[in-house]
Amino acid sequence: MKAFARLLERLAFTPGRNAKLTILSHYFRDTPDPDRGYALAVLTGTLDLRQVSPSLLKRLASERVDEQLFRLSYDFVGDLAETIALIWPDEAEADAGVSVAQAVTLLRGTGKIALPGVIADLLDRLTPPERLALLKLATGNLRVGVSARLARMALAMDTPRSADEIGEIWHGLEPPFLPLFAWIAGGPRPDAAEAPFRPVMLSTPVTPEDLAPLSPGDYLAEWKWDGIRVQAVAEGGLRKLYSRTGEEIGAAFPDIIEDMTWQGAVDGELLIRRDDAVAPFADLQKRLGRKQVGRAMLQSHPAALRLYDILTWEGEDLRALPLQERRERLEAARFDSPRIDLSPLLPFASWDDLAALRAAPHAPVIEGVMIKRRDAPYIAGRPRGPWFKWKRDPMVVDAVLLYAQSGHGKRSGFYSDFTFGLWDGEDLVPVGKAYFGFTDEELRELDRFVRRNTVQRFGPVRQLAPSLVVEVAFEGLNASPRHRSGLAMRFPRISRIRWDKPAGEADHLATLKAML
Amino acid sequence: MTPRAEEIVYPTEAGLYCAPGDFHIDPLRPVARALVTHGHSDHARPGHGAVMATRQTLDIMAIRLGESFAASRQIADGPTRIGDVTVSFHPAGHVLGSAQILITPDRGPRILVSGDYCRTPNPVCLPWEPVACDVFITEATFGLPVFRHPDPRTEAGRLVASMAEFPDRPHLVGVYPLGKAQRVIALARAAGHDAPIAIHGALKRLCDYHAEQGIDLGPLVPATDPGEAQLVLAPPSAFASPWVQRFRDPVLSYASGWMTVRARARQRGVELPLVISDHVDWPQLTATIRDLGPQEVWITHGTEDGLMRWCEIEGIPSRPLRLVGYEDEPE
Repeated sequence: MKAFARLLERLAFTPGRNAKLTILSHYFRDTPDPDRGYALAVLTGTLDLRQVSPSLLKRLASERVDEQLFRLSYDFVGDLAETIALIWPDEAEADAGVSVAQAVTLLRGTGKIALPGVIADLLDRLTPPERLALLKLATGNLRVGVSARLARMALAMDTPRSADEIGEIWHGLEPPFLPLFAWIAGGPRPDAAEAPFRPVMLSTPVTPEDLAPLSPGDYLAEWKWDGIRVQAVAEGGLRKLYSRTGEEIGAAFPDIIEDMTWQGAVDGELLIRRDDAVAPFADLQKRLGRKQVGRAMLQSHPAALRLYDILTWEGEDLRALPLQERRERLEAARFDSPRIDLSPLLPFASWDDLAALRAAPHAPVIEGVMIKRRDAPYIAGRPRGPWFKWKRDPMVVDAVLLYAQSGHGKRSGFYSDFTFGLWDGEDLVPVGKAYFGFTDEELRELDRFVRRNTVQRFGPVRQLAPSLVVEVAFEGLNASPRHRSGLAMRFPRISRIRWDKPAGEADHLATLKAML
Repeated sequence: MTPRAEEIVYPTEAGLYCAPGDFHIDPLRPVARALVTHGHSDHARPGHGAVMATRQTLDIMAIRLGESFAASRQIADGPTRIGDVTVSFHPAGHVLGSAQILITPDRGPRILVSGDYCRTPNPVCLPWEPVACDVFITEATFGLPVFRHPDPRTEAGRLVASMAEFPDRPHLVGVYPLGKAQRVIALARAAGHDAPIAIHGALKRLCDYHAEQGIDLGPLVPATDPGEAQLVLAPPSAFASPWVQRFRDPVLSYASGWMTVRARARQRGVELPLVISDHVDWPQLTATIRDLGPQEVWITHGTEDGLMRWCEIEGIPSRPLRLVGYEDEPE
């Protein structure tokens, strides 16, 4: 548990992806089985231990600590699990040690009535950092920012295996994944999983200049839908819906799972569709991340699949075939569900034809076009060349910088996180935050600007004299009652710094609202 | 009639005042006569008439405030008569030169002003000494039971381990220039880090002074020209200044008792929080009160509510002095 506690702490404070990878890979390398396997399961959310409620924890603490001292401490620390981890009286047997495997086994195997006693006993045997790790484990609230993809990459580091291979094997195995670790270390390949996730093929952005020398006839084109890329797999009696990183999201979409009556693995976009009308991304968001979905939600937000690729069909692996042939196989396949259709191919003879389609899509939920080489096999990862995404031009507004906060890692010491606002009458209303879009040179200029134009500080945040205008580009806009402006931008970034433009000429909130 | 403790020592706007001796302790503004517990800038201020402190605290004040920091100065050496009381200085284990001040009136209770103190062994200063007293005046910087500082050697081990895990990233540790800087250096040395350590200019004179006092800090180089040094020490304020931009992809760290609390570490944008404190933690604070067995506990500053509640449970009379002007853990 000591090493696991240290791992959680380092991950919680490490913002950089590469640094996270290093920390994780060292942990997997240095930790014996079965602890590392349970840790992997816990980190990636495949082991659900959530059964300990805040009220149970409070009750446990009140049996050991004066109530008033506890309340004062909780007020100061601000996090319940952390307060209990710190305040729990040290017992002599703290050095006895508890492994992650022991803790998981106990948490999984204990009924509701015996649980408080078991947790108190575990807390007695642990040091404060380990107590925090245990409580985070027991409340299912790790918050260390490790995706399944990141974990796979860490597992693959400095080994003969690739993250994609690991992804395929992993899905058929149970924690603590002993055969997986043995195979990564050079052992025999575990049996193929049932209905596994296949690492997906990704696209790269493209510009008209990139396209010009390419022959349009070599490519197929489809709409780029603003939904979620999914892989729907129905094999050997199992039905799974995976996100593009391999997380299982089927629990939130029983309506899709129910209609997966075929045998195979297909690739497409998950959307909310009412009759023929595809709803905006915000509607889909309402159904994401749920453990279960109510009947009302299923009716008001019906999910649909719009397919564009086929990976396996009735036992045959099609990934080595050229796209052209896969498309033919996809069109020949029968899905027997009104909730599943194919993403249509776009007719075009020249890049100009395609540009015209891209400029005027028939639905607002279309983000642009996808351009895919006819002769390309299905390759995991993001190879440059076979698949392009050609997004619609982003929306832009000219906004005024209002606040700045310094960044982490490579941006340590630089003010790189900005809040910007638009005019609403005489006032500037914050409308969003942007962390990137500028070059390193521009970052230095912005940093200098922040230091010279600070009017007030709130902890790490600096309030700026409202004088600098930046052009903010973004991919979409949603109504959001949680934001003061009533709007939430998707993927905002600073596309240009308008040193030349006076703040008074920045855009008004009404302009942004009109884009909704 | 025997004077009561409240008549001998009480808080004033200038700080804690001893009436029968006519002096202030760690005054917050210029006074005629000041007794100073240690050299941190919120306790040792310039402009007093006469200052009495340990030789090292006087040296440190001269280094930080200039030779003319007071009209006259006197080294505390053995019990000394001031007015109608006798004062004596005893090691506090907080920073180099730090002392607790015992006030013994001719008649009435003995009052111990502990200043800031720490009972964890610290290689850069004399260890804390228990001093018998009737009234114990204590800080309560970490006056809540959540504050249990780990062994500082464990924390130094985490720092060294992180440097080994990320050999290409400089590790910038925020430390205040008196005490914490030298302690972190000494701890890193003890943890096996023999390479030169780079220090921010603001730390130089005090590191030099520690070396002059016979505390071996090993090779130190300026942070402006760090060479191969992977460990860099600076006052935390430097992290918010362009000074930090010279380092490529640094791991920011901060050595403080506050790093126990994650939200505090996050506020500072710290990637490697190190819980290294020059103050007593909760177990030490409460153990000290038990060890000394005073009739009363007065609390100068910090989270006094927690300590007062503990005293209430233990049946020890306590009261807060609510002295304003001492920082929780100053730079």
